[in-house]
Amino acid sequence: MSDKFKVVYYLNQFFGQIGGEDKAGIEPFSKDEAIGPAGGFDNLIGDKGEVVATVICGDNYFNENTDAVNTVLDMIKEYNPDLVIAGPAFNAGRYGVACAEVSKAVADELNIAVITAMYHENPAVDSCKKVAYIVETSDSAAGMRDALPRMAVIAKKLAADEPLGLPEEEGYIPQGRRVTLFSDKKGSTRAVEMLLARLNDEEFETELPMPDFDFVDPADPVDLSEATIALVTTGGVVPKGNPDRIESASASKYRSYSAKDLHDFEQVDFITIHGGYDPVYVNEDYNRVIPFDILKQKEDKEIIGKVYEKFYTTTGTGTAVGNAEEFGKEIGKELSENGVDAVILTST
Amino acid sequence: MKLKFGKINIKDIQFGQETNVKNGLLTVNKKELISLLQEDDRIKEIKVDIARPGEKVRIIPVKDVIEPRVKIEGDAQGFPGVTNKMGKVGYGQTNILKGAAVVTIGSIVGFQEGIIDMWGEGAKYTPFSKKYNLVVDITPVDGLQEHDHEEAVRLAGLKSSLYVGEAGRDVEADEVVVFENESIAEKIEKYPDLPRVVYLEMIIAQGLLHDVYIYGVDAKKTLPTAMNPNEVIDGALVSGNCVAACDKITTYQHQNNSVIMDLYDKHGKEINFLGVVITPETTTFEGKIRSCNHATNLAKLMGAEGVIISEEGYGNPDSDLVQNCKLLEEEGIKTVLITDECAGRDGLSQSLADAVPEAKAVVTTGNVSHLIKIPPADKVLGNPEAVANVAGGFDGSLAEDGSISCELNAIIGATAEIGYHNVTTKMY
Repeated sequence: MSDKFKVVYYLNQFFGQIGGEDKAGIEPFSKDEAIGPAGGFDNLIGDKGEVVATVICGDNYFNENTDAVNTVLDMIKEYNPDLVIAGPAFNAGRYGVACAEVSKAVADELNIAVITAMYHENPAVDSCKKVAYIVETSDSAAGMRDALPRMAVIAKKLAADEPLGLPEEEGYIPQGRRVTLFSDKKGSTRAVEMLLARLNDEEFETELPMPDFDFVDPADPVDLSEATIALVTTGGVVPKGNPDRIESASASKYRSYSAKDLHDFEQVDFITIHGGYDPVYVNEDYNRVIPFDILKQKEDKEIIGKVYEKFYTTTGTGTAVGNAEEFGKEIGKELSENGVDAVILTST
Repeated sequence: MKLKFGKINIKDIQFGQETNVKNGLLTVNKKELISLLQEDDRIKEIKVDIARPGEKVRIIPVKDVIEPRVKIEGDAQGFPGVTNKMGKVGYGQTNILKGAAVVTIGSIVGFQEGIIDMWGEGAKYTPFSKKYNLVVDITPVDGLQEHDHEEAVRLAGLKSSLYVGEAGRDVEADEVVVFENESIAEKIEKYPDLPRVVYLEMIIAQGLLHDVYIYGVDAKKTLPTAMNPNEVIDGALVSGNCVAACDKITTYQHQNNSVIMDLYDKHGKEINFLGVVITPETTTFEGKIRSCNHATNLAKLMGAEGVIISEEGYGNPDSDLVQNCKLLEEEGIKTVLITDECAGRDGLSQSLADAVPEAKAVVTTGNVSHLIKIPPADKVLGNPEAVANVAGGFDGSLAEDGSISCELNAIIGATAEIGYHNVTTKMY
């Protein structure tokens, strides 16, 4: 058993020393050696690690064959590596896509660290920056000399389970991951200093750049008299005792409960476990957050087609947008598969 | 007239026959305190304990933290409009048992709040791990309505702080700090060349366990209120907010508001600190627009060139935060915002529920979903099982060996958005 960490290196036909554009259609293959930049990288990691193989694929082949990424992944898998390196792709479009797709597949399927390198404006950056460390390069292969040593430093740290420094220190493109740590000054002191800088027209740096928001186009209107309508809430309404242990804040799950029971007021006891609002009034009457009473009346009067028999619930307060997006997709899919035409979302 | 804080440094705390302070040692007559608190017939049982820095003690679920103080010169005693009759605060002398704190614990309705660990990993995340804490555990009579229960617990904490604070009445202070109390006109005349700064303190005003009181007035029923900073730190503000633990502003933090203290530090040297606007974060859209417009008007009326805006809570208050920023910036007033983040356990989610491009100067006090693991305690004051119902706790939070995995959400004061602590976040 060697103590060295094992690396598989991904390259395109050009850096894999097969040829130029005329060879861009070449199918993926692997070699038990460190070719081209992989060789340089191998030298830089010294005796800490070793490039055990290089996987090469033509850029056209990769971009024109949806299955190419799986073939490449299978080849990588055979070597059972600790780490995968792809690129640098600099500002190359097709090669960037290939490096990004390989990175994502490796991160998702093999669950090991992956490092690539690109020019910051390479369109492939956004698609893989959250799963890979992308070392920032210049826009042409002239940047190889700068990129490889930084990739090697990051590789050695990841292999040794050492924490990485800030993106600007290590030279990778920020992944957008907010890491909590301690400052040497308390927040109020930093705020006063930042305000002073602003008032004196000096340089300052925000600690939290504003996020970019998604905007969702509303769906087309439905014919209410025909529609099946479901209730979905972030108000944390659950059966008393909270059998599924939905969190009071920062929810990691959602659940659905039968709404049929709700029509029998004597039998059910629904409460809210939401930590972000005064629960007293909804605990008195859950219809204040999941208005089944009104919906049922509308159904009886044939103003709406039908009330869907289940409602979906989670806690909105403090819940990460990442989690919320997942919940939304899954709930939407289930509802749409079950013939629901429209949803009333109740927040609190 | 000025406000003086007489700081009496507390170096240890114990129980004894008489409540007093001698050479920095605070002695508390437990029996007397308990019988005082039990005068409230809504309270069934009171337990009082002590937790010192470094002890392997966990306190849970914390409702509020209050600093023991006594007014030795001035008009009003205690917290006017809440514990005492109405009167003026913000001038005269207040003696403070510095280093001591009253911590209230007890379960109210479904969800529970707040951990203070006095040692180890957990202690790093809460400023109250460094205090000599008198822990008051309050059990109400059976069947008490939730809002009454909350009030009984809140008052018990405040009364405890005044009972203990009384011990400092005749003790000579180790240090006296003076806060001048001038009008805006006087300040501008005195420091004509210094940039004029207003502090906009947002407070939560959203119902049970999400309320704050100004001279006893429920903040839900207030408009933004211009105040002398001395009033804020001398008992005009009382917390009735318990959610989330990490970024609620405890009464202690109102009494020691760190933005006010830091602005005072620079006042007359680098800035001209004009005053404070307290603005409620309401639950309705109308209310938010009203608060933000009016707060901006007040800051402008006072003559602000720069404003620090601090938030309380997260989620819908993010809208108030960025709207305040936008309106002030549109008036040509430069802002710095203080907020925490809900970036998810992996730190990859967008941090705020609302954003505006004008918010280009922001201080972050940490990701509320940052996961920490805290080891088992030798002694738990309160109810360790409450952690599963704490905002930031989750099913499986409490391991068999007594260790707890939880988000910062659950730790009192970890991400306080008045910038009281030193947790922050960086982009990786």
